[in-house]
Amino acid sequence: MSEMQKTIEIEVLRYHPEKDKEPHRQVFEVPFTDDMSVLQGVQYIKDYLDGSLSFRWSCRMAICGSCGMMINGVPNLSCQTFLRDYYPARVRVEALAHFPIERDLVINMEGFIEKLESIQPYIIPKEERTLAQGEYLQTPEQLNAYEQFSSCINCLLCYAACPQFGLNSSFIGPAATALLHRYNVDSRDGGKAERMELINSEEGVFNCTAVGYCSEVCPKHVDPANAVNQNKTNSAADYFLRFLAPKGGAK
Amino acid sequence: MSKRRPYVRSMDGWWRKNPFFVEYMIHEGTALFVAAYAGVLLTGLYRLSQGEAAWNGWLAALKNPWYIAFHLAALLALTYHTYTWFKIMPRTMPPVVVGGERLPGWVITAGGLAAAAAACLGLLALVWGMAR
Ligand code: SF4
Ligand code: FES
Repeated sequence: MSEMQKTIEIEVLRYHPEKDKEPHRQVFEVPFTDDMSVLQGVQYIKDYLDGSLSFRWSCRMAICGSCGMMINGVPNLSCQTFLRDYYPARVRVEALAHFPIERDLVINMEGFIEKLESIQPYIIPKEERTLAQGEYLQTPEQLNAYEQFSSCINCLLCYAACPQFGLNSSFIGPAATALLHRYNVDSRDGGKAERMELINSEEGVFNCTAVGYCSEVCPKHVDPANAVNQNKTNSAADYFLRFLAPKGGAK
Repeated sequence: MSKRRPYVRSMDGWWRKNPFFVEYMIHEGTALFVAAYAGVLLTGLYRLSQGEAAWNGWLAALKNPWYIAFHLAALLALTYHTYTWFKIMPRTMPPVVVGGERLPGWVITAGGLAAAAAACLGLLALVWGMAR
């Protein structure tokens, strides 16, 4: 079937650290079909129009978490956002907000990786068990307590949606807190006291002013705002409980 | 030498860049009306403590058209504040599990709004009853 080839304008925020003092916009005319994602549009640019365009991607099915971009100012996975939804208007793509731009659409995520390490994102066993004792058992209810928070794919859309992180990049932020919470509420874990120090700290949950946009943009329904806000309560409890049990709790 | 030179974008005017943030600023802004109205009520209490004449003076002042306009504005702002408050509530609390099922967010929001409406009506009925 022959049909007039549709084209759409994609405006990309470019930044080349060796040549540019600051980012600038560049518009590309991209032919597209209705099944093309924004990521495919950007890939078309790299393959046929300008090979120097840099961006991250891998799975193109909303599971690896590497293709996050600001699309018309909204943080989204570019592989699950479709060009047809913007046509015939121009689509604006930009590196995820609130992160330093390394080059073009690639952000610097070192800060997040450090935060991820700092929350100890693994089970710190409550009790050591030998192999002979078998696996740790868990009831469906115990699984429910953390399952949603374990769905995070580290795409960082929630950070791009969080103005408090934008204003203070040392804030531990939505995803790291959601993952921290995921381990704290796991029945097999015994590391809560250590992790609470982070929750209670200057970088902790009280930087959050309940804007709530992080949960709105999360592609995996993690609801990181919920993890952050539940831990405000936990932190307050921690603070007051130390008067009762001087050994544990907040420092 | 590293060629890296990560560029940090400015946060100037951040809240104007997304309708979600504009809405957030509006609902935070309505909190000023909550504070202002608390001030009005405290003034009333203070005038009451000063005796009948002071109290009646305060009541008369309330009839000023500007004051009435303020009340209308405050009513609107507080209604909006209440709505947004309960809208975000499910995100701020631990999951409520009823019969093994997690209560959906909208039920919590609806419950909060219903409680707020009931409290308002109850208070109105009480004042109405006392005034008659
Ligand atoms: S919490 Fe959601 S938005 Fe944030 S990094 Fe994880 S998956 Fe992405
Ligand atoms: S490419 Fe993997 S999430 Fe989009």
